[in-house]
Amino acid sequence: MSGESTYNPGNGFTRWLDARLPVMRLVHDSFVDYPTPKNLNYWWTFGGILSLCLGIQIITGIILAMHYVPSTDLAFASVEHIMRDVNFGWLIRYTHANGASMFFIAVYIHMFRGLYYGSYKAPREVLWILGVLIYLLMMATAFFGYVLPWGQMSFWGATVITNLFGAIPVVGESVRTWLWGGFSVGDPTLNRFFSLHYLFPFLIAGVVVLHVWALHVTGQNNPSGVEVKDPKKDTVPFTPYATIKDGFGMSVFLILFAYFVFFNPNGLGEPDNYILANPLKTPPHIVPEWYLLPFYAILRAVPDKLGGVLAMFGAIAVLFVLPWLDTSKVRSARFRPLYRQFFWIHVVVCIVLGWCGAQSPDKILIHVGEGGFDVTDLSRILAIYYFLHFLVIFPVLGLKEKTKALPDSIADSVLGKSAAKA
Amino acid sequence: MSKIGKIRMRSLLVLPVIAAAALGAMTLTASSVKASGGEAHIEEMDWSFNGPFGTFDRDQLRRGYKVYKEVCSACHSMEYMHFRNLAEKGGPEFTEGQVKTIASEYTVEDGPDQAGDSFERPGEGKDRFPSPYPNEEAAAASLGAAPPDLSVIAKAREGGPDYIHALLIGYEEAPEGVSVPAGGYYNPVFTAGSGVIAMPPPLVEGQVDYEDGTPNTVEQMSEDVSAFLMWTAEPKMEQRKRLGFQVLLYLIALSGLLYFAKRKVWSDVH
Repeated sequence: MSGESTYNPGNGFTRWLDARLPVMRLVHDSFVDYPTPKNLNYWWTFGGILSLCLGIQIITGIILAMHYVPSTDLAFASVEHIMRDVNFGWLIRYTHANGASMFFIAVYIHMFRGLYYGSYKAPREVLWILGVLIYLLMMATAFFGYVLPWGQMSFWGATVITNLFGAIPVVGESVRTWLWGGFSVGDPTLNRFFSLHYLFPFLIAGVVVLHVWALHVTGQNNPSGVEVKDPKKDTVPFTPYATIKDGFGMSVFLILFAYFVFFNPNGLGEPDNYILANPLKTPPHIVPEWYLLPFYAILRAVPDKLGGVLAMFGAIAVLFVLPWLDTSKVRSARFRPLYRQFFWIHVVVCIVLGWCGAQSPDKILIHVGEGGFDVTDLSRILAIYYFLHFLVIFPVLGLKEKTKALPDSIADSVLGKSAAKA
Repeated sequence: MSKIGKIRMRSLLVLPVIAAAALGAMTLTASSVKASGGEAHIEEMDWSFNGPFGTFDRDQLRRGYKVYKEVCSACHSMEYMHFRNLAEKGGPEFTEGQVKTIASEYTVEDGPDQAGDSFERPGEGKDRFPSPYPNEEAAAASLGAAPPDLSVIAKAREGGPDYIHALLIGYEEAPEGVSVPAGGYYNPVFTAGSGVIAMPPPLVEGQVDYEDGTPNTVEQMSEDVSAFLMWTAEPKMEQRKRLGFQVLLYLIALSGLLYFAKRKVWSDVH
């Protein structure tokens, strides 16, 4: 949607550079003059917030790597060294550890925003798929990172997750041994996880560049879901309008971030991870970090191991084909009264699945005689609904739903509403 | 207010609500996990270091150190702590001289010297607290399982210092029907062992002589050592809260400025 470049080099040097490497022009066209729909709400600030999160994780992570030792004998002690003896090491580590949680809070809001306003639909399918890819890389990175402090949850979490690959028919056992670099989670595993944990954020950064590129080709979606018709009437330049709004969003987000880092730094973690890993002692409950709990619940909901693994990965894989499962011509849930309700049901289902993932699977919720309705039963119902939502409700709803009338243009929707007030 | 304005306001309001709901859900999750752990009652104590402005009570930390030294250190190591830490800001803040004396009462192994031999010397500020056992096997041999290192124990147990305190005063006569194996003791707070713990009741009335005249009851000693262990687990807590307060003030002011700047910038749109 970007039209002619309006970049105008101001002095001799920038003119000289522009003729050789128009990098200033690229920045100008992407982040200054780039037209953004004027009706974007604050849910649209999470893209910027996510870039900030990635930046914070990379910077704190590089510093942590200067002091961390990826060896089973020294990893735990090196983390304590960071907490006690490195100048502001506690700040850097708590920022990094809570930063992962903040990153996931932001990415979940960002994804649900996309789901609500139909941002995955044509022509933004590639943009959405790149986003899901980033999310997948984030989960892998977070998993590798959680193993590094070499506490009890690090070790046993790594054992549980890598064992999942053992469920693959025929090659499973070999794949698992190959991942471990041995016959159990140990020194080689820790070393390669450290290496990959350092590598993946840069892969994420690479895909983020593609994600932003794709965004700037199609232009942003907006709350009305109507495409930009007249850039003069429908859009405002990225700078200063979006920059100042994103800046405000980031600043408010950082307040939440700072609350956790400074006043509740271990609130989102597991106490067990402050116990040095012990391969001979299994903790009573092995639970992943909160952001992976819904998938963990789906994994445990399936009685068969391979089935569980397939369901868990399927829950993410289904997101890749989402643009083709949705048959509705209307993007925004504002004009889709039925979809709006199903959207919120789905949000609740995901949160309750997460709750299930944190519970002991045989915990009984409703007592009936000897047994009753337990967490596994609830997880099963919710996991089935999770897939129904995408595989059945999405295609059917698009064909059956009576949508509300769309505004003619973004400007019309904004002006129409303003006129109502005057 | 225009409808779009209302919608915008609403999204502004919805954001913290959703965040609060999500956090609430997480806390619920955490507490229900806690609840499924066991039935023993763990009292939430009114620690001096609770809350966003809470700090450690220096006298309590010094008493707590004395309890650690005279009681716990017989079996429990504290391997991530150095003697010098005792003089650092935000802790018991012993003087350099006191730390020298404390350290010199320990013997540490050093070497090799120029002849290639290990030798023993009195401890110094730079040394770690020596372990009571030469190795893990020796530690495990003493009571069947190695007594855990206490450096970060307050962060490694659900309930932290409340748990440690409850455990130390939690010893009881085993109720009827509960058989306690030889060498074990009944303590319902120790859910990891289903109420049976190998550690003998460590504290008895009047055990540690307090120099500041504080009554040395089991309750008092237990509170003091729990507070001390919270400090060893989180020695930078005071610095963290102080800096956190400044950062939050800054961010709130910045958010205010950005909000009004944003309104100014957007005032010509619509």
